[in-house]
Amino acid sequence: MIKHQQSSHDTSRRRLLLRGTTALSATAVALLAGVPAKAAKSATGQDASRDAAVLNTALALEHEAINAYTLGAQSKLLEKPVLAVALKFQGDHKAHRDRLVSVLKTLGATPAEEKTLAVYAQALDVEKLKSQADVLDFAAGLEHGAVNAYLGIIPSFADRPLAKLAGQLAADETEHFVVLSQALGRELPAPLSFGV
Amino acid sequence: MSVRDARWIGAISMTLVFGVARGSPVTGSVARGKELYESRCTACHSLDHSRIGPAHRGVFGRHAGQVAGFDYSEALRSAHVTWTARSLDRWLTDPEAFLPGQKMGYSVADAQDRADIISFLASAEAR
Repeated sequence: MIKHQQSSHDTSRRRLLLRGTTALSATAVALLAGVPAKAAKSATGQDASRDAAVLNTALALEHEAINAYTLGAQSKLLEKPVLAVALKFQGDHKAHRDRLVSVLKTLGATPAEEKTLAVYAQALDVEKLKSQADVLDFAAGLEHGAVNAYLGIIPSFADRPLAKLAGQLAADETEHFVVLSQALGRELPAPLSFGV
Repeated sequence: MSVRDARWIGAISMTLVFGVARGSPVTGSVARGKELYESRCTACHSLDHSRIGPAHRGVFGRHAGQVAGFDYSEALRSAHVTWTARSLDRWLTDPEAFLPGQKMGYSVADAQDRADIISFLASAEAR
């Protein structure tokens, strides 16, 4: 009897897993095939448009990061080697932007638009930046926030490939944050200190 | 009573008075809430400028979807919600469950963390 119950439990668990795999693949297959998946449902029954809304928030974050580095570069406060690293990081954010735009279009969503540099300058209050250390601290703060934001949105995705993408973005932002922190002479982050 | 004790009592009283004045209890730590806010919320928000999300100063007691110039989702624009300790707690627990169709994908799982963040937000009164 017990054996039968276990077997029945295993069977239903396998069914659940299979069902989940099929449903989770709906958007993933559409992503791979390059067709809109706006109406795709996840395993939880959540519409793919919900995932797209979260990705669009991430895209807005990347737009802001790109412009923040432009503002930092234009400040003339950065020494040449530091500027080179800042522009490398900006390039990473542009790659993030392009990837997010691509995924959003595949999902049938309209990607969030970039605002003007002046809007970002005001929102980020860049007038307060008076030295290279100020710029590095400002950038480190944004990168740290981005790490936590990306880690924080991972559970909200119905589709696992999108959660993985958020994890990849978080990893890149972590790299940026650590490099900037080291440039500021700060200690390496403690274990489990991100996302809390 | 030491000066330090008096300051603590004063701070606690301020928090309680503020919470009662708004009609809902605010029981968290403003100081810890500030740390949490800076760590978790400032990727998208700030007190004084709308960025990815709307500016937060004065959010406590404000009707949802009312920061001028911010591009809210229809869910927030049409919501009949006033931001109190209770509504903010529900929002931070699961924004999508609270107001389906909103844009925020971030939530705060721990009740004490939410209480502390809410206390910090309550302390950031409109200028």
